[in-house]
Amino acid sequence: MLSYILRRLATGLVTLFGISVISFFIIQLVPGDPAQIQTSQIADAAVSERVYQQLRELYGLDKPIPVQYANWVGKLVVGDLGSSFHDGRRVSAKIGEALWPTLSVALLSFMLTLIISTPIGIYSALRQGGGFDRSVSTGLYMLYSVPNYVAGMLLILYLGVKWDLLPFRGMRSDGYDEMTTLGQMWDLAQHYVLITFCFTFGNLAYYSRFIRQNLLEVVRQDYIRTARAKGLGERSVVLKHAFTNSLIPLISLIGLTFPFVLSGSVILEYMFNWPGLGRLYFESVLQRDYPTIMALNFITALLVLGITFIADLTYGLVDPRISYEK
Amino acid sequence: MTVAATGNSPPVRSYWSITWRRFRTHRLGMVGLCVVAVLFLVAFLSPILANEQPILCRFDGGFYYPAVVDLIHQVPGTSLIIQKQRPYRLATFDFKREFDPERGDWALWTPVRYGPREIAAEPLAGPSSRHWLGTDQSGRDVLSRMVHGTVVSMKVGFLSMGIAVILGLVLGCIAGYAGGAADLVISRFIEVVMCFPPFFLILAVLAWFPPSIENVMIVIGLTRWVGIARFARGEILRIRETDYALAARSLGVRPAQLVLRHLLPNALAPVLVSVTFGIAVSILIEAGLSWLGFGVQPPDASWGTILRSGYENLFTAGHMIPPACVAIFLAVLSFNLVGDTLRDVIDPRLQAERA
Repeated sequence: MLSYILRRLATGLVTLFGISVISFFIIQLVPGDPAQIQTSQIADAAVSERVYQQLRELYGLDKPIPVQYANWVGKLVVGDLGSSFHDGRRVSAKIGEALWPTLSVALLSFMLTLIISTPIGIYSALRQGGGFDRSVSTGLYMLYSVPNYVAGMLLILYLGVKWDLLPFRGMRSDGYDEMTTLGQMWDLAQHYVLITFCFTFGNLAYYSRFIRQNLLEVVRQDYIRTARAKGLGERSVVLKHAFTNSLIPLISLIGLTFPFVLSGSVILEYMFNWPGLGRLYFESVLQRDYPTIMALNFITALLVLGITFIADLTYGLVDPRISYEK
Repeated sequence: MTVAATGNSPPVRSYWSITWRRFRTHRLGMVGLCVVAVLFLVAFLSPILANEQPILCRFDGGFYYPAVVDLIHQVPGTSLIIQKQRPYRLATFDFKREFDPERGDWALWTPVRYGPREIAAEPLAGPSSRHWLGTDQSGRDVLSRMVHGTVVSMKVGFLSMGIAVILGLVLGCIAGYAGGAADLVISRFIEVVMCFPPFFLILAVLAWFPPSIENVMIVIGLTRWVGIARFARGEILRIRETDYALAARSLGVRPAQLVLRHLLPNALAPVLVSVTFGIAVSILIEAGLSWLGFGVQPPDASWGTILRSGYENLFTAGHMIPPACVAIFLAVLSFNLVGDTLRDVIDPRLQAERA
């Protein structure tokens, strides 16, 4: 077990290194650096050139790229993500602010997905090919094919603008500070509805299908037949014997998708003016804000690797047959 | 093959013809395929579906067919061979203004009489009998722009997946067949690419290059090969151990030929499934990028830019949003349907289950 963990950590570090090198070079090698963008408005050529050089020095862009990379890693090791090139604020503070809006929507949508799709998946597996199974799976399939930003646009157009039912710009209304606590909560909740829905509906089909498929696979196993043969009730067979055994792929699916959910959706967050990580990333790309882009890339990669690692480890907890010794 | 020669045994069918026979029995898959075909036709025929110049006309005593020339120009390279006749190829020539029935002029118009860039009416007008889907913020006909947006979506979908397939198959085959160090390096590389949310990567790369449809295609292709490579690698690993691969090897077939002639054709079916889904994803990414302003640039039309115009004029011109939404949805749905059916059809285990 320990040797497995160590081996995984080692390969993980190599991958992380690869990721950081690749993103660093992609970002730096291409023309149009932040100093250039920030000085492009200065009319006087001499002044512009002087400020440009000073900015490059300030940002450390005048040094060779490997040196810049070494500096970046050196700071990273002591937990320093640097300062934004755009507004000079700490990158960690910027990310910290954007984290909660994205994380809260992601968690909310995730919980909703599991709560709704687990019963649907189990029920359709039990009534495989029945009316419920077919109608629900067709319906969810159609929903699955609606791209989330397309749904977002339609919801904004109809619920937000035409019928004026729900807010769709940002997290809070104007005058949020003057509201009562209850009013503030109501206001926040209203702002969450549309964006959370957009993040959730597509997953419903995917997850319920996935749960159904895995359950069907498990139900065919001999031990399920045994459980039935020894006279266990259908309920106990399905929930205790079959469902728990179909959990492994589900864990892996959650592990694989969660980091991507967490990185937010650039388009959706931009569309709903949601102050989350996706929008921060988009704005940083536009501003050529290298430290913020690097930090976001790195954190996402770290999450992907970390969560797959944890998911791999939890297999062992769910399924004792899995051994980590080679 | 000797079996087929004995006469009364069933005829030997190729794998793909068997697959096609099975595919035809799936109603939803066929519907999807038909929608895909229609989208293709609309994209290819766009110059004679929506054009500011007519298909055929008599003008000042001569016959002209400008829209047909536009159609021929859909095939790359033909603009070197055939060009529009004299006045029509001039940017300043406005046929509609010069058109004079008194002189005996007549014209066979395209179904939509407006070009995608033609400023035809009041800006942000709602749907009317002249402009079925209304006009955008510059007064261009939205239906015409939708038709020409189809070209962008189809091009991006197929060409970017073409790039992804080539990259994915080459790297996947090398990793799967060569194994060892090559496999290790390629697999690590795949893992690295997979750690980036694809949209982040695409956005980051596109931010540095001038936004254009070609760059969008290339970048999508460069990020979408990973899944295909993993598929191909897995399939090659599996097929490499089969008896027929061993037979070919013992006959002295060289590695490159073994992979190309014997292994790869048998690995293609699952790859085809992921390509079909990939096309849907590429169309989606392109529309999203264009929506954000990184894809197709104005005045050119794409479903994403039409959606964006609708978003920017939410309170005054919501009429642009539903058509673009429907188009994107239909394209994604139909490719998904085809992909799902293909997956069912080529998996023999599922076939046994259905029977």
